[in-house]
Amino acid sequence: MYAQLVKSEGMKSAAELSPQERAFQDRIDRGEKIEPKEWMPEGYRKTLIRQIGQHAHSEIVGQLPEGNWITRAPTLERKAILLAKVQDEAGHGLYLYCAAETLGVSRDQLLAKLHDGSMKYSSIFNYPTLNWADIGAVGWLVDGAAIMNQVQLQKTSYGPYSRAMIRICKEESFHQRQGYDIMMKMAQGTAEQKAMAQDALDRFWYPALMMFGPSDKDSVHSTQSMAWKIKINTNDELRQKFVDQTVPQAEYLGLKIPDPNLKWNEEKKGYDFSEPDWSEFFEVIAGNGPCNKERLGARVKAWEDGAWFRDGLLAHAEKAQARRAAARVAAE
Amino acid sequence: MSSEWPLWEVFIRGQHGLNHRHVGSLHAPDAELAIKNARDVYTRRNEGVSIWVVKSVDIAASSPSDKGPLFEPSNSKVYRHPTFFEIPEEVGHM
Repeated sequence: MYAQLVKSEGMKSAAELSPQERAFQDRIDRGEKIEPKEWMPEGYRKTLIRQIGQHAHSEIVGQLPEGNWITRAPTLERKAILLAKVQDEAGHGLYLYCAAETLGVSRDQLLAKLHDGSMKYSSIFNYPTLNWADIGAVGWLVDGAAIMNQVQLQKTSYGPYSRAMIRICKEESFHQRQGYDIMMKMAQGTAEQKAMAQDALDRFWYPALMMFGPSDKDSVHSTQSMAWKIKINTNDELRQKFVDQTVPQAEYLGLKIPDPNLKWNEEKKGYDFSEPDWSEFFEVIAGNGPCNKERLGARVKAWEDGAWFRDGLLAHAEKAQARRAAARVAAE
Repeated sequence: MSSEWPLWEVFIRGQHGLNHRHVGSLHAPDAELAIKNARDVYTRRNEGVSIWVVKSVDIAASSPSDKGPLFEPSNSKVYRHPTFFEIPEEVGHM
């Protein structure tokens, strides 16, 4: 997930590459990892900042729809679990901002771009979580789609990004399983609970499919990113894998995927399925989804309301350091 | 206008007897909070028994462009490896 429509720099043909660029591409083709201070084409650096930044923003904005349910979780255990998951997401954001920072941009600069709308986060978090079943659906489908994307990114060519992905993937599996656990409980519960689970699946199915980004034929940024191994699989490949993995899980729950065209295709050994409504996707990306204003508003408010606290801690740290320095001088 | 908290590199000893290893970085106003934040972010699942933090700006690093001059000299010194020497079988394990 998490990085959709990342603008890449123009693709150069092999003949157009400078010797330095050629040598760089050769390293990537050999499967070598690129590390922070090493030479890299400006386009590689810029595309990575956009992609990792968008990914980081998605992690922290993704806390909002779930954080919304921490105080209303049905049991203390569920509350503790959800709290742990939402804390994990903050950590994931932190790993990714740090990876982006190795490319010469600061975290505050990235946050400023999120807050002024010039950088995006995943479209999925602009949908509301209306009831407890939605928390199950988010863990199962949204984190499930995120894992599908992030597993391949463990092999990405940029070292710090790859290492962040490895850490994140270890934790993400807990997220998906806790979501599925909620769905099982609901689907095996009363008729009303099962209906809630079905309703959550109905609402989250297509937005989850959109998480992989537009169809390959409309995805103008993929070619260069794949040559640089910033991206490993195409959007459609990942979407197909996600559907193939998720359909049997829905069947186990006794829930119905809301797609009349869903059908096993023996020839391709995968499901045929309906595309999401891409005009809706572009509307949500453009800022017109059900919760865009609420999400960004909550982010900006948290950032601004926290400013005095961040400044206070820094002032305290500076004073303490000055006191220590003075004590050292006095002792000498 | 807020100024940004400095960046710290985090090193964790995974188990007793092992070295501290670099696990990532974070922002914190001072060393004390850097350790607390590192505890909260990097040891959520029993990953460590000890934490070091050091300001990123205080780390001196070799430059990638020096890779050749720094590391190639050891390539030709194969006698630094025990396998360079052949010990007759009669002598037994050495």
